[in-house]
Amino acid sequence: MPHDHHDHLSPSGHPYRKDDDTPISYWQSMEIAVRELLVEKEITTFEEISAQIEKMDARSPAIGAAVVARAWIDPEFKARLLENGSTATADLGFDVGPMHLIALENTADTHNIVVCTLCSCYPRNLLGLPPDWYKSRAYRSRTVKEPRKVLSEFGVTLPQSTQIRVHDSTADMRYVVIPARPIGSEALDEAELAKLVTRDSMIGTGLALTPNA
Amino acid sequence: MGGQEAGPICDEQHDFSLWEKRVDALMILCSSKGYFTVDGLRRALEDMGEDAFETMTYYERWIASINQNLIESGAYTIEELGAKMADVQARGETYGEASLG
Repeated sequence: MPHDHHDHLSPSGHPYRKDDDTPISYWQSMEIAVRELLVEKEITTFEEISAQIEKMDARSPAIGAAVVARAWIDPEFKARLLENGSTATADLGFDVGPMHLIALENTADTHNIVVCTLCSCYPRNLLGLPPDWYKSRAYRSRTVKEPRKVLSEFGVTLPQSTQIRVHDSTADMRYVVIPARPIGSEALDEAELAKLVTRDSMIGTGLALTPNA
Repeated sequence: MGGQEAGPICDEQHDFSLWEKRVDALMILCSSKGYFTVDGLRRALEDMGEDAFETMTYYERWIASINQNLIESGAYTIEELGAKMADVQARGETYGEASLG
């Protein structure tokens, strides 16, 4: 029944956003139709879809930050992370899914930046859903061609002596950057370090924050 | 797209709406159940041509691609989709009214 729900909550308990009250679009009606057909064909259930949304909502750059902070304080873990990002991250108790995760270490000489020129592949299990700019034509087109200029637009200016490596993601291979540990962070514990690790620093379009900055 | 000329990178961010999150969930669930792969998603996206990147939003392109892949893999037929979409559109004016689950 169309009106068999609360005014502001869907039956799955999610609040409707403002744009759900505007006239339905063709593509929205396709989403509803596809979802219902999949449930009718017993390919999935409404509960399974809601659970997947909740799982994705719970993912944020805090997960990646915890992995980076551990790598900063534990050289043995960092070595394992660089060796095999998927298993090392899973060992910390995080669900990395089927993707092959490759960790890239930023050093004094090398800065890594991640892009997906083909679409929007992103280490979503570690960072949540990608920001809009990551999916934009501008970022995808230009990062492989003029990474220094792109970085400068994000406020990151690196010396000419720093080598910039651009990594193009694929459907099966996801990259996460381990930013350089900031100067002045020597005395911080793991939880305090994790707060310095921003989303952009793990994409390579930013640097880790400086303590007390 | 990689290497082409393009303008400045826009840092505007929008909140994902419920219908977009559902599209995302359908992609993850259907690919994990073997109905198609990320490569299949991307093939249909690329077949849409460059215009689609200007005229459709990200998750609009995704649902179009997911639908195409599901029809190709036999999950349902195009006739079933058409009938269901007509049914959905007849339910109400807004997404909230048209979406049952």
